[in-house]
Amino acid sequence: MSGSVAKSQAREILEVTSPTNSSIRSWLHGLPGVDQVGCEARATGLATRSIKTSSKAWGIDLAISMIDLTTLEGADTPGKVRGLCAKGAAPDPSDPSTPPVAAICVYNDMVEVARAALHGTGIHVAAVATAFPSGRASMTVKLADTSDAVAAGADEVDMVIDRGAFLAGDYRKVFDQIAATKEVCARPGDRPDAHLKVILETGELVTYDNVRRASWLAMLAGADFIKTSTGKIAPAATMPVTLIMLQAVRDWRELTGSMVGVKPAGGIRTSKDALRYLVMVSEIAGDDWLDPQWFRFGASSLLGDLLLQRQKQRLGVYSGADYVTID
Amino acid sequence: MSKFEYAPAPESRAVVDIASSYGLFIGGEFVEPAEGGSFKTLNPATEESLADVSQAGAADVDRAVRAARRAYQRVWGPMSGTERGKYIFRIARIMQERAREFAVLETLDNGKPIKESRDVDIPIAAAHFFYHAGWADKLEYAGFTPAGSAAPKPLGVVGQIIPWNFPLLMLAWKIAPALATGNTVVLKPAETTPLTALLFAQVCQQADLPPGVVNIVTGAGETGRALVEHPDVDKIAFTGSTGVGKGIARSIAGTRKRLSLELGGKAANIVFDDAAMDQAVEGIVNGIFFNQGQVCCAGSRLLVQESVADDVVRRLKRRLQALRVGDPLDKNTDVGAINSAAQLARITELAEVGVAEGATRWSPECTLPKNGFWFAPTVFTGVSQSHRIAQEEIFGPVLSVLTFRTPQEAVAKANNTPYGLSAGIWTEKGSRILWMADQLRAGVVWANTFNRFDPTSPFGGYKESGYGREGGRHGLEAYLRLDSAPSTARSTRTGGSH
Repeated sequence: MSGSVAKSQAREILEVTSPTNSSIRSWLHGLPGVDQVGCEARATGLATRSIKTSSKAWGIDLAISMIDLTTLEGADTPGKVRGLCAKGAAPDPSDPSTPPVAAICVYNDMVEVARAALHGTGIHVAAVATAFPSGRASMTVKLADTSDAVAAGADEVDMVIDRGAFLAGDYRKVFDQIAATKEVCARPGDRPDAHLKVILETGELVTYDNVRRASWLAMLAGADFIKTSTGKIAPAATMPVTLIMLQAVRDWRELTGSMVGVKPAGGIRTSKDALRYLVMVSEIAGDDWLDPQWFRFGASSLLGDLLLQRQKQRLGVYSGADYVTID
Repeated sequence: MSKFEYAPAPESRAVVDIASSYGLFIGGEFVEPAEGGSFKTLNPATEESLADVSQAGAADVDRAVRAARRAYQRVWGPMSGTERGKYIFRIARIMQERAREFAVLETLDNGKPIKESRDVDIPIAAAHFFYHAGWADKLEYAGFTPAGSAAPKPLGVVGQIIPWNFPLLMLAWKIAPALATGNTVVLKPAETTPLTALLFAQVCQQADLPPGVVNIVTGAGETGRALVEHPDVDKIAFTGSTGVGKGIARSIAGTRKRLSLELGGKAANIVFDDAAMDQAVEGIVNGIFFNQGQVCCAGSRLLVQESVADDVVRRLKRRLQALRVGDPLDKNTDVGAINSAAQLARITELAEVGVAEGATRWSPECTLPKNGFWFAPTVFTGVSQSHRIAQEEIFGPVLSVLTFRTPQEAVAKANNTPYGLSAGIWTEKGSRILWMADQLRAGVVWANTFNRFDPTSPFGGYKESGYGREGGRHGLEAYLRLDSAPSTARSTRTGGSH
């Protein structure tokens, strides 16, 4: 969906000729509230599902294929990024049947390096943009940041919302920024647009009601994906927050017929955690979301544990950290 | 067929040893019944026989009551609260240590999902013993007697009769407060679920509980009648159906026996248009499908505000499609087996009545196992207050959906039942919660949650849901002698027998 289509859909949903702060507010605040205790209890309940043998093996491979393997450090170098790309393409050199990851996620000045390293693999390059991670910059800077990533060939753009504007109640501003970024993600001609992933930074929104509203606001403005966190703020992704976002995309599809992806990012480190998220995807949003096109894990260390567990499934014994490459 | 198939994840049966036959637990040991009868207890999920259990006759009940009287007079009554507390703490610890054993056994004998016996029944049962162990040496501070006076006295020998829906948990609700207050006990578990009570008897032995403090007699209605009618019982505590409860009340009318009753219910779960909908739907599911709806406080009547009724029902149906019905020992099972053929027949009959009355019946697609007693989760919409399925306790996974327009109408409909055990309110408006809680004639009112149990919180009913409270400080009262008479009341019969 292009930026302009998203805007006209938003006008239709809000039943206004132009979205105003008050029309967006009354729509967002008309969403059912979230009961914190009940929401957390549901997430805890889903975490008790016991995933064994064949379903575990299937889930581990699916989780690997959903990873946005990420490095977002000041110390990132072309060498580091190339190493990460090699690992993403063939995560376990001892077992070529291991699926590749979904994407490599980098700062936008590393997009070209990653693109060259991933050429021919089918793995996407995702770039963080819009003054990641704080989002505290002028709109001009944010859009320039995004254009850079798009021009460098990023397949996906991970933008951050202006949490300050959201918390100040300026929903219109957040909406406009997402919509404008979406427009910059468009590429002329037949070249596919960059997919827009919208980072809510739920650790700064704090309440579940805010998470729900921010999710709907991002979808209204044209997000292709809603993503929990930058990974730079604690808490990052949690089960209850992701649960609310999965409910949001489920209900959004019922309203509009179109699917939006979900990406928890940060803090998911073990295979057990990843399987719990997949259970939640299946039981809350539905099996249609069990696909790298619609669900991603933003993670770096998770891959290592998934590979260890995968080796365990194949060989029947645990190997050890030295049998999995560090990057 | 879903994309994410969960492979079977069965809990191991090997953790628990089930004997081929069980005696009665009287005076600290397992003994054969005087007349030697026995009956089988089944696994309701497969109909396989688990064990032969002794049928206690009047002579056995008498023997148990004598053992309890002896223990009360010689050991447990004179013992200090501190010492009693030590025994009860020890029982609680052993229950925790053997929790897996208890959970598997409960699931085998009852049919409930292992995740419920593991995460709810057994932990809360142990918590009841821990909680009441703490009261044992503090009864003089419980507020029942004037400050500075001695602790209130126990009643003596208590006869307790419990149902099959939460076998070990109901045992804990009964035995823990009775022991903490200094009474001794003769308990009769339900005939379809005696095994965890018999395992509990072994725990009493393991804890070196003095012989006769807890006695367990197994059997059906006749055994219960013998216990109720035994002249040397000081109190009867019963949890079960309203019909049987009324019979017990009639039977002991005019005697010195005390009585507490926890009976049936037809709880209203009331959802307002401003509720946190996703959580309300979870609460509805938990309210009626927890333990296959075989819960006296189940939220069996969903009262939903008419303006959101379609949306709530749509969300509810979507949610029910994710429920996993099947092998109770599988850790991923959400809904297990119905406890007995008789109960299944009762549920089936009332569901058919619902259809005949004109309500619309719906169940999610689910494959029920061939053997055993099973009933698919069922929702009736278009139910009127006058329908039998809106009035009678079904005690199964059957939800009746009714609508209301205003808070006043919700209260009127919720209270329009002979029962009054529990109710649920779902709204984001705090003031409405308080107003509703004040208006609802129900012993427990849950706000934005349902079926939540805690040993510190009193539980019990209004109207035909019974009287007396269990749990919390209030629950102690049912086992204490609070009149001014000295606590030497003993029947002449046992008084002379030692």
